[in-house]
Amino acid sequence: MAHCRVLFQTAKSVSQPIRFSSTISFIPSKADPALGETAKLNMCQSINNAMHIALENDKSACVFGEDVAFGGVFRCSLGLQDKFGKDRVFNTPLCEQGIAGFGIGLAVAGHTAIAEIQFGDYIFPAYDQIVNEAAKYRYRSGNLFNCGKLTIRATWGAVGHGALYHSQSPEANFTHTPGLKIVVPRGPIQAKGLLLSCINDPNPCIFFEPKVLYRTAVEEVPVKDYTLPLGKAEIVRPGSDATLVAWGTQLHVTWEAAELAKKELGIDCEVIDLQCMAPWDVDTIANSVAKTGRLLVSHEAPVTSGFAAEIAATIQRECFLNLEAPIMRIAGFDTPFPHTHEPFYLPTKWRVFDGIKQMMEY
Amino acid sequence: MIVRRLFWSNVWKRNLRLYSSAVGDDFRLEEFSSKYLGHRKAKFTENLEFIDSGNAEAISIYRATNTAGDFVDPSQDPNLSKDVLVKMYRDMTFLNTMDKILYDSQRQGRISFYMTNFGEEANQIGSAAALESTDLIYGQYRETGVLVWRGFPMQQFMNQCYGNALDYGKGKQMPVHYGSLEHNFVTISSPLTTQMPQAVGSAYAFKREGSKRIVCVYFGDGAASEGDAHAAFNFAATLKVPIVFFCRNNGYAISTPTTEQYGGDGIAGKGPGYGLHTIRVDGNDLFAVYNATKAARNLASQNIPVLIEAMTYRLGHHSTSDDSSAYRSKDEVEQWTAKDYPILRFRSYLEKKGWWSAEDDKAWISEVRKNVLKAFNEAEKVKKLPPEELFNDVYAELTPNLKRQKEELKRHLEKYGKHYPLENFQ
Repeated sequence: MAHCRVLFQTAKSVSQPIRFSSTISFIPSKADPALGETAKLNMCQSINNAMHIALENDKSACVFGEDVAFGGVFRCSLGLQDKFGKDRVFNTPLCEQGIAGFGIGLAVAGHTAIAEIQFGDYIFPAYDQIVNEAAKYRYRSGNLFNCGKLTIRATWGAVGHGALYHSQSPEANFTHTPGLKIVVPRGPIQAKGLLLSCINDPNPCIFFEPKVLYRTAVEEVPVKDYTLPLGKAEIVRPGSDATLVAWGTQLHVTWEAAELAKKELGIDCEVIDLQCMAPWDVDTIANSVAKTGRLLVSHEAPVTSGFAAEIAATIQRECFLNLEAPIMRIAGFDTPFPHTHEPFYLPTKWRVFDGIKQMMEY
Repeated sequence: MIVRRLFWSNVWKRNLRLYSSAVGDDFRLEEFSSKYLGHRKAKFTENLEFIDSGNAEAISIYRATNTAGDFVDPSQDPNLSKDVLVKMYRDMTFLNTMDKILYDSQRQGRISFYMTNFGEEANQIGSAAALESTDLIYGQYRETGVLVWRGFPMQQFMNQCYGNALDYGKGKQMPVHYGSLEHNFVTISSPLTTQMPQAVGSAYAFKREGSKRIVCVYFGDGAASEGDAHAAFNFAATLKVPIVFFCRNNGYAISTPTTEQYGGDGIAGKGPGYGLHTIRVDGNDLFAVYNATKAARNLASQNIPVLIEAMTYRLGHHSTSDDSSAYRSKDEVEQWTAKDYPILRFRSYLEKKGWWSAEDDKAWISEVRKNVLKAFNEAEKVKKLPPEELFNDVYAELTPNLKRQKEELKRHLEKYGKHYPLENFQ
C-alpha cells in the first residue's frame, strides 16, 4: 500500500516518462458522498473488494481463471480463496476457450460466474465461445436458457512495455456482437461500481481493466456495496467549446489534454467518460455535441474500425446540423502494438491537444 | 563471505549425498508421481523405447448382444421390464419415421433444412434411458432421440422445424436446433463442440449444489477434434465434475472419414490421457449403450468424469444439404443397413421374447406416420411471430439502440410492407 502510494505520487508529480512505465497521469475522481464512508484503495484493491462483496452476497458465485487461486498475477483475487474456499475461487487449466465455455456452463445452470482472462490479448481463443455462444444464448433459445450471470474480467490497454501481447484494447472486436455488454472503468471508484453492476446484470458482460492503473490509480472508494449504471456515460469535466470522449486510461490522457487546451489556448472542453461501449450512451454524447458543436474521440486501439468510428458515424447523423468541424479521431495507429515505439504509437496528450487545436481552427 | 562459503558447502554436501545414492531417485520419483502425475506410479527405465501407439491393442468394444439381438453373456442383461423395452423400440421407430417424413418434406421445399438420425437410434435411446430425467443434456444436433425418450411433444419438433409462433425457440434458429427447459435439454447451437466446456461448467454447478444431477454431453467424432473438446476433457478431469462425455463415432464428419480425423485409437483412446474413466461400446447395441451409460452415470455421480465412445455408422446423409454418395460407396451404406441396423437388432430381441410382432410393427408405424403428418400439417398452418420479434431476447431488456431499430423497422414496414412476406407472420 505504501509502495503504491509512492508510485502514485511519482506519476503525478513527474511529467517526463518513467522508465518502462506508461506516461499516464491519473486524475482521481470523487465518489458520490451519498455512498457514505470511503477508504483509500488502488484499482486492484477496489476490484478485489468488489469480488469480495459479490462472493459474500451470492453463495453461487465463483471466481476462476489462470492463477487466480494464489491471488492472481495482478493480485486482484488476493485472499479470496482463503476466505471463500477452494471450490469457489480456483485455478483452471491454461485454456481460454475452456475458461469462457466453463463460465457459460456455470451461468446456464444459474450460478454466478466471474471468469478471468489474464490479458485482454489472450481473449481471442475464447472469441468463439464469447461471440457465438455467450452473446447469442438467450436469443437463440427463445429465452429458455441464458448465461446472463457470466462476467469476464480481462486486463486491458497499454502498460509502457507490453508490446504486442500485453497491451491490446480489443473492445471493438466485441462491440460488433449484439448480446454482450462491454465496460471499461477509468479508476477505482468506477471499477468497483461497474464491476458489481456487471456481475449483477442479467446479460453476459466483459469487464476490461486498464492494467496500468491497477496500482497507480488511488481514490477514496466507498466501502459499501454499490453499483454504477451500465450504458451511462459520465461528464467528468463540463465545458462549452468541444466535446472529448474517451474511456479507461485514455480518459485521463484526454482530460489532461483538455486542461492543456484551457491553459494554452483558452479552449473549454467537455470531457466525457463513455464507460460502457455496449450498450453505449448516445444521448449524453449527442446532447454534449449539440451544445459544443465539436467532437473528438480518442482510444488506444487502432483507428480503423475502432469504436470511435461507431461514435463518429452515429453523432454525425444525430448532430449533423450542430457540427462545426469534422469529427476527430485520435487513436492508435493501424499497426500491431509495438515495444520500443510505444511512446510514438500511443494517442498521447500532445496528439489529442493537437487534435483539439485543429478542430477549433477548422 | 564466511556465511556464503558455509551455505555452499552445505548444499554441495547435500547434493553429493543425493547424487551418490538411491535417495535422489526416490525423491524424484515421489515428486513426479505425486505432484506431476496425479499419484500414478512412475519408474525409471534404461530402455530407450518409444511408445508405438500403432502397435498397442485398440480399446475393446463392449457389447451385450450380437447382431441377431441375442445376449452373448446373459449376465449383461439389465432385465428391463417389457414396458420399458417396448417404449425404447417405439421411440426408436418413432424417431426413424419422423426423420423420413421431415427429410422428404425438406426435399419438397416445405422446411429449409433437416438432419436425420438413421443408424444412430440405439445409441440415442439407450443412453437417454440410462440417465435420470433431471440430468442436464447438452447435445450437438444428432440426438433428437434423447428428446423423444424424454417426452418432448411431437408437435414441438414440427414447430421448431417451421420456426412458427409456437416454437419454444421463437423461430430464431435453423431446424433441428431443439431445446427444452422442461426436458433439461439445453438448446442446440451450430458451432461444433462449444457445448462441451459449457457442459463441464454446468456439471461443476451441480457438484457445488450437491444436487445429485449429472450432465451428459453428446458430440460426434469430428467435433472431438475441436479445441473445445480438449478444454472440456481437461477441465472435467482437473475439476472433478459429474459428467458423462458421450461420443457418437459414426465414421464420418460430413465427408471426412475418421482416418482423416485422428491418428490414434479413436476418441476413447484419448480418455485415459486426460485422466477420464473411459469405455468404448457398440453403439448399435441398445443394451450395451444402456449398460455403459448407466454405469457411467453411477461413476459421474461420484464426481468421476467418464468418456463413452459409441461405435456406430451414419446411415443417412450428413444433412439435407449433403449427398453422401459423393464420398462413400452405396455398397458400404447397404452393407451396414443389411448387416447391422440397430432398430432391427433390437426388434429381433423383442420378437424372440414374444413382446413385439410384425403386425404390431405395421400398426405402430402406420399410427406414427399418421400422427407425424398431422402434426406436420398443423405446424405448417401456424403463422410465425411478428417481425419485431427479431429484436427480443438479444439482451434481457430492450436496449435504447434496439428500441430505435425496432421503431425504424416498424416505420419501414408501414411504408413498404407489401414487399415483405407479412402474410406469413402474426
